Amino acid sequence: MATATPAHPVLALRGVSKRFGAVQALTDIELEVHTGEVVALVGDNGAGKSTLVKTIAGVNQPDAGVIEWEGHEVSIHRPQDAQHLGVATVYQDLALCDNLDVVGNLFLGRELKRFGVLDEVEMEKRSRTLLDTLSIRIPSVRIPIASLSGGQRQVVAIARSLIGSPKVVILDEPTAALGVEQTAQVLDLVERLRGQGLGVILISHNMADVMAVADRVAVLRLGRNNGVFERRSTTQEEIISAITGATDNAVTRRQARGTEGTQ
Amino acid sequence: MTDDPQAPKQEGRYEEGRAHHPLPEDSMPVGGVNAPVPVAPDATPAVDPRLIVRQEGIAGYLGEFRRRVSSGELGSLPVVLALIVIWAVFGSLNSSFLSAQNLSNLSQQIVGTGMIAIGVVFVLLLGEIDLSVGSVSGLCAAIFAVLDVTHGVNQWVALICAILSGTMIGLLHGFFFARVGVPAFVVTLAGNLGWNGLMLQVLGSSGTVNLSGKDIVSRLYSTIYGQQFAAYGLATAAVLLFLGAALLDTRRRRAAGVPYRPVTDIALRTAVLAIVAYLAAYTLNQYKGLPLALLVFLIFIVVLDFVLRRTSYGRQVFALGGNIEGARRAGINVPWIRMSVFMICSTMAAIGGLFLAAQIQSASQTSGGGNLLMNAIAAAVIGGTSLFGGRGSTWSALLGALVIGSILSGMNIQGLSNAFQFMITGAVLLAAVVIDSLARRTQKAAGRA
Ligand SMILES: Nc1ncnc2c1ncn2[C@@H]1O[C@H](COP(=O)(O)OP(=O)(O)OP(=O)(O)O)[C@@H](O)[C@H]1O
Ligand SMILES: [Mg+2]
Repeated sequence: MATATPAHPVLALRGVSKRFGAVQALTDIELEVHTGEVVALVGDNGAGKSTLVKTIAGVNQPDAGVIEWEGHEVSIHRPQDAQHLGVATVYQDLALCDNLDVVGNLFLGRELKRFGVLDEVEMEKRSRTLLDTLSIRIPSVRIPIASLSGGQRQVVAIARSLIGSPKVVILDEPTAALGVEQTAQVLDLVERLRGQGLGVILISHNMADVMAVADRVAVLRLGRNNGVFERRSTTQEEIISAITGATDNAVTRRQARGTEGTQ
Repeated sequence: MTDDPQAPKQEGRYEEGRAHHPLPEDSMPVGGVNAPVPVAPDATPAVDPRLIVRQEGIAGYLGEFRRRVSSGELGSLPVVLALIVIWAVFGSLNSSFLSAQNLSNLSQQIVGTGMIAIGVVFVLLLGEIDLSVGSVSGLCAAIFAVLDVTHGVNQWVALICAILSGTMIGLLHGFFFARVGVPAFVVTLAGNLGWNGLMLQVLGSSGTVNLSGKDIVSRLYSTIYGQQFAAYGLATAAVLLFLGAALLDTRRRRAAGVPYRPVTDIALRTAVLAIVAYLAAYTLNQYKGLPLALLVFLIFIVVLDFVLRRTSYGRQVFALGGNIEGARRAGINVPWIRMSVFMICSTMAAIGGLFLAAQIQSASQTSGGGNLLMNAIAAAVIGGTSLFGGRGSTWSALLGALVIGSILSGMNIQGLSNAFQFMITGAVLLAAVVIDSLARRTQKAAGRA
């Protein structure tokens, strides 16, 4: 995995900033993703992780800063632009269409066609194969998304990011709603994507998952970079203290808060 | 249920399904998932034992039917029931209602409103509304009449001009809605007034332009194919086409190893279609034969239904009705889909307007007015297209227009005044919207919305 890194990262953010009204959601963010590398993006709630993801995916435009793709500056104005570059994204809110069935959602925007007409049979076949590799049980690939459980929907959203031939896959809390078995499958999947030379950005609040698959861990705090750590040479405590913005850990923070309260 | 012979077999499959799926290194071939994936021939997909599997045959149908109704997936069931009730009531009040003559005339009279309703279905699928279809239909009819009769333009040119005017109007609505961001409700309300004004302007001082009766539009409406062969041939073609498509689909699905419709299922559906088609053909032949207007209407329904269900354009329209942000993130060009849907809607309004003009043999100041707008929207909703977006079919235009047309025709035969017609149509529309809302609530509860 840790093969010689190519000169240019496949995706790089340089000084990206984004403001929502009165909230400066992102300030001067730097991030690099190389091929065959899993970068975990961690941070507290509201740290700006999803905003960063949406900026890369073309859902939001950054106010300042540049996005580089394979060493060249690119402009991503619309989700299509990101898709054409080869960025596939699983959003935290999944962004599935409730009224379409599983197959319809998986291939939305990239339908397979035969003589100009939707090739439902081929799409259904691929959908089943794809969902089987993720070890999810879905009653039928022909039922509307509305009738799936939260975890089943999440797996559908993850499966959707694998359709097409992405070079970078962004997973925004992909395992938040998943059971033990499915979480393991998703982590396996992340490793397989890395093995195929894809760049992966993984957002998770689960430190065990992060430590299990990430090569590097980028920490966001209040919309700013708060350190990038090589996973091998870093302990979980160091990362957690970077997330919380203190050199102490959660336990000491609690104690500190307790003493504040008594004062 | 416990003595169901299928139960143990399913248990076995469940155990098989439990077996952890190994992830062979080649399960994700290089080149992305779209590269052909090898599938083991004996790969049985894991079946959830809680999944209610439909039994085969009639019993299965009834069970499925009961489940669908109780979970709010009514589809076109209420409207079919309503149609049966309406026909039974008017038929018992006056036997001439169900006569071949009346039903044949009905099949012609619904075409104008029905065409407009097809366009409304498209807009409703987005979860939007177009309040200008009445005025647009009147304006386009006036454009045709004035070009053809007053200015003596070639009738084909006049026809194309009228229809393209509709398309351009739709583009304008769509632009203000999709690009400028004005709510569709307001844009088309303004259009409703504005296009009506333009129609009055186009018609000029006389206010009424009579069609010659020999022009293309009049002939489209009034031509009736009298040969017995025409109606029966159409019915046969429809049944064979349906059967062929279903069998072909099943064969492909079987070959690909994905679930397919059992043959009994296809036979049952084909039989139902055949009964309806031949009954209609028989009735039409009892009177004058197959009206060209009805044929054109059916062609529009079938073609646009195909566009909605079998092309990626249609898929995108549905996606927009389900989740606009989701559709945008999937890379769909949301403004373009919105504009094109409004273009389709206004184009269909123009076509409907031409049929309505042909029906009364003139374009006048009252064209496109009255309750045409309400009837067209009501037809789409009564036919089962949801007001909430994302659910519907062009067939609802036919069913809804039939319901409204039947009420009007029945009341005319009974000699009831407009007052009653309006009240009853209003009540039916309310009932349809109530059913739509209740169905949506039930669907939510049953996890289908
Ligand atoms: N569309 C928006 N409009 C206004 N403010 C927004 C918008 N999206 C995000 N924000 C703000 O930006 C900040 C970062 O939000 P973001 O969703 O990126 O957090 P996050 O790191 O993904 O958090 P979580 O772990 O809870 O998902 C928050 O303060 C939020 O209020
Ligand atoms: Mg987030």
